[in-house]
Amino acid sequence: MRRDDLIQHTSAPPLLEIRDLSLDFGTPRGRVRALRNVSLDVPAAQVVGIVGESGSGKSTLAYTVMGLLSENADVTSGSILFEGKDLLKIPARARRSLLGDRLSMVFQDPMTALNPVRTIENQMIDIQHHGQGSRSEKRARAVDMLHRVGIPDPKNRLGAYPHQFSGGMRQRVCIAMALLVKPALLVADEPTTALDATLEVQIIHLLKDLQTEIGCSILFVSHHLGAVAELCDRVAVMYAGEVVEQGAVRDIFHNPAHPYTRALLECDPGRIKKSTRTLPTIPGEVPSLLGSTKGCIFRTRCPQAFNRCVQEDPVEYRIGVDQVARCHLLGDERLVPA
Amino acid sequence: MVRVEIIRPEPNDAVATGTFLRQLRKNRLGVLGALLVVLVFVSAFFAPLIITHDPIKIMVGPRLAPPSLDFLLGTDQLGRDTFSRVIMGGRIPLLVAFASLGSALAVGVVLGLIAGFGPRWLDNLLLLVFDTIRSFPGIIFALAIIALVGPSLASIIFVIAMTSVPIYARVLRTQAQGLLSSEYIAAERSMGAGTARILGVHVLPNVIGPLLILVSMDVPAVIAWEAGLSFLGMGVRPPTPDWGAVLNDGYSYINQTPWLVIGSGIPIVLATLGFTFLGEALRDIFDPKLRKDL
Amino acid sequence: MTALLRVEDLRVRFRTMGPLKALATGTKAPFIDAVCGVSFEIRKGETLALVGESGSGKSTIARTIIGLQRAVSGSICFDGQEIEELSGTERKPYLRRMAMMFQDPVGSLSPRLTVRSLLTEPFRIHGIKRRDAGGEAERLLRLVGLPADFARRYPHQLSGGQARRIGIARALALNPDLIIADEPTAGLDVSVQGEVLNLLARLQDELGMAILIITHNLNVVRHMTDRMAIMYLGRFIEVGSTERIFDQPRHPYTEALLAANPEPDPDAVLNRIELKGEVPSLLRRPSGCEFHTRCRYAQDLCSRVFPEPSTNPNDAEHNFRCHFPLKGEIVSGLMLSHPVSVGTERS
Repeated sequence: MRRDDLIQHTSAPPLLEIRDLSLDFGTPRGRVRALRNVSLDVPAAQVVGIVGESGSGKSTLAYTVMGLLSENADVTSGSILFEGKDLLKIPARARRSLLGDRLSMVFQDPMTALNPVRTIENQMIDIQHHGQGSRSEKRARAVDMLHRVGIPDPKNRLGAYPHQFSGGMRQRVCIAMALLVKPALLVADEPTTALDATLEVQIIHLLKDLQTEIGCSILFVSHHLGAVAELCDRVAVMYAGEVVEQGAVRDIFHNPAHPYTRALLECDPGRIKKSTRTLPTIPGEVPSLLGSTKGCIFRTRCPQAFNRCVQEDPVEYRIGVDQVARCHLLGDERLVPA
Repeated sequence: MVRVEIIRPEPNDAVATGTFLRQLRKNRLGVLGALLVVLVFVSAFFAPLIITHDPIKIMVGPRLAPPSLDFLLGTDQLGRDTFSRVIMGGRIPLLVAFASLGSALAVGVVLGLIAGFGPRWLDNLLLLVFDTIRSFPGIIFALAIIALVGPSLASIIFVIAMTSVPIYARVLRTQAQGLLSSEYIAAERSMGAGTARILGVHVLPNVIGPLLILVSMDVPAVIAWEAGLSFLGMGVRPPTPDWGAVLNDGYSYINQTPWLVIGSGIPIVLATLGFTFLGEALRDIFDPKLRKDL
Repeated sequence: MTALLRVEDLRVRFRTMGPLKALATGTKAPFIDAVCGVSFEIRKGETLALVGESGSGKSTIARTIIGLQRAVSGSICFDGQEIEELSGTERKPYLRRMAMMFQDPVGSLSPRLTVRSLLTEPFRIHGIKRRDAGGEAERLLRLVGLPADFARRYPHQLSGGQARRIGIARALALNPDLIIADEPTAGLDVSVQGEVLNLLARLQDELGMAILIITHNLNVVRHMTDRMAIMYLGRFIEVGSTERIFDQPRHPYTEALLAANPEPDPDAVLNRIELKGEVPSLLRRPSGCEFHTRCRYAQDLCSRVFPEPSTNPNDAEHNFRCHFPLKGEIVSGLMLSHPVSVGTERS
């Protein structure tokens, strides 16, 4: 595993390369700096997880990659290189031809992600509009894909409408549609949040199996640490619009370097083995992102904050081979800035 | 009434500036609308103080005279002062608009709440009644009623209220039904709140906003209706001054002077625009979901 | 010790089609039973959790207790008084003694009211004249650890965690004997979930009310409930003390639920038990044991015979409905031994 990561880093360029991305939302009350200096790589054939709480900007990042942002969003700096092309610079037409072909997405709510008045068959054939082949070939591919995501009796179910499927089945249909075009990158925005716990397990296993089978990369956005630990190869932890720490999944979960990552891991109820009357929490609130921010964004809630945290933005410090974190505490040690 | 949000744009702020300009433009229209509405109201309310001549007194000046210092908008075919007639003539359209829409709103709210929160059969019955009323073409319905009860202010108010009630009731019913299943209504009921309290305190304030916007946008239509019916001779009787009646007179003498049409047309246009702008601004500010653009 | 709330053989039914359509299509029973013969009791000051996935009927039970839903049969006794049959006004004095917190923290607060009006709403509803409504609101805000200036805010100006605290404060306004908390952590971030549960636990220690928690997440309630009941398709399939169930789950469904929120550790991934399929529709309840369609230990008998409740020989309070209950000890989410290892599951 570790060796694979190393090879990935030294040889081929990553499939998706987000560099110094900053994004603002214009609101009546001012500019909300929703993403600040986000850098993230998605290597080919790997699953990269983005974890964070609400307001951390994880979904905004996914939507930026897909180009699905609302009108008031404004990318102020940075680039998103996908297969060598900057998604923020290429013309809209070229970008559209990438979507639903090399790039596809699974949304949070399977209840609203499908068109309610068209059959699954029509929607699954339409999504292959980039591909060649006759309608019947496309239909056969759709049946095959439905079978692979575990829809029983796919031939007959193809003519059904979305409302005739249950929530879990609908999310399977969404995944089938997203993978039908054999994308290089699948962006999954909280695909299990709207589902029950026992279905979440199924969907995670399904994504893992299909990913190894098809060989695509997945950008998996979730607030559920357990799901990320289970599915992902690499993890980026986001807080208030910044990636505070990223690295290989084992490093992050076994050896978290950033105080926020540590606090977040401590809070997860799955971690608490003993019966206790008081659960760990992160005191304080996510700071407002209105206007400019100076210093470490986590300092108001950080138990280890000191003077430098107020004055200076922390840079990325490299810990070990494949783990970076933005925290001044790491700078005092022998570590070198990345 | 109109809340104008002043947003200070930041430098180098292309997107936010765009939103800001758009909002400002929209709200400018709203401010203009509010000013026009206030103007119309003030002139109608203080009409007796503003007028220069008795609006129904015949032969205060020459017939069909062009505007002069004495007769600001000229005189009509009976030598009455057009300016005074137009100023006084604003009272009736406004009265009609507020009486008819006010009563329609009151009845519509009650019926809408009954339909939305009452038993299923009552809901169905009320919907049937609403649809029956709405299925008549408006103008034919109005002519039929006026033919039955005779032309008068009361019948105009009645007709307009009649045709507006189903629309308001339906809007309110749909909104109320959406709220019925919301969690905070369940929370109130779980605390033991009675139906009256739930409807009055928790439902009505949340549904009345869109309805008031709808009403404010209906005002110009009603002014036009009233003017139209008076123009057809179905409204107020002469010699009562009224925008529609003056317009009708002007229409008859358009070959001799344009001033009657201009004098009565401009206030109708201004009032209509004023209420429309105001209504749209209210809609944009209080209920972004109803916005047609965006 | 007497029960504060006793629910016996509760059955709640929803109509699936109108009577005319049922007649036309020849459907004999156009109903689904969302809650199917459920009995339990809550003692004073105790915490009980109802656990299950969506559609298991857990929220319906709560809504029936509070009077938002009518039962077809069964009884609900609150402090010795049958309340199921009571009409709105007769029920009101009992509603004063229980309070429900709904799932959506912000959505369960009336949007046009200030926090101050929201907090004093229970007093107004029950006609309790308090001279100092502002002081009362302040006291409640202090109780849930919010500053007094929150009284002027509107629900949309609150974060999820703050709105949840307001919900708790409102529930506590009349000093109830019972609080029903429907998914108290729904829609909250992990860092805030702990805060809300800690607050509930602290307030229970201080004020001594009983709490009925409704949730789908077993691990979240582990630290604050005394007893728990696991629901599947409107029935209890396992009831017992929280400690006992966490140590020794007897029903395979409980086992799967326990494993559904594992430790976030990339090396422990094998512990998650994947259940086959989905919760069946209430329209078509499976024959025999209703869980057999998804059970990895299911045998022939399970699809034919409906299991009667059995009792743990070591613990009379621990009941479960399973023909082949699990016996092993759970070690980090993985069963060590089982009477029948059918091995249908993926490895």
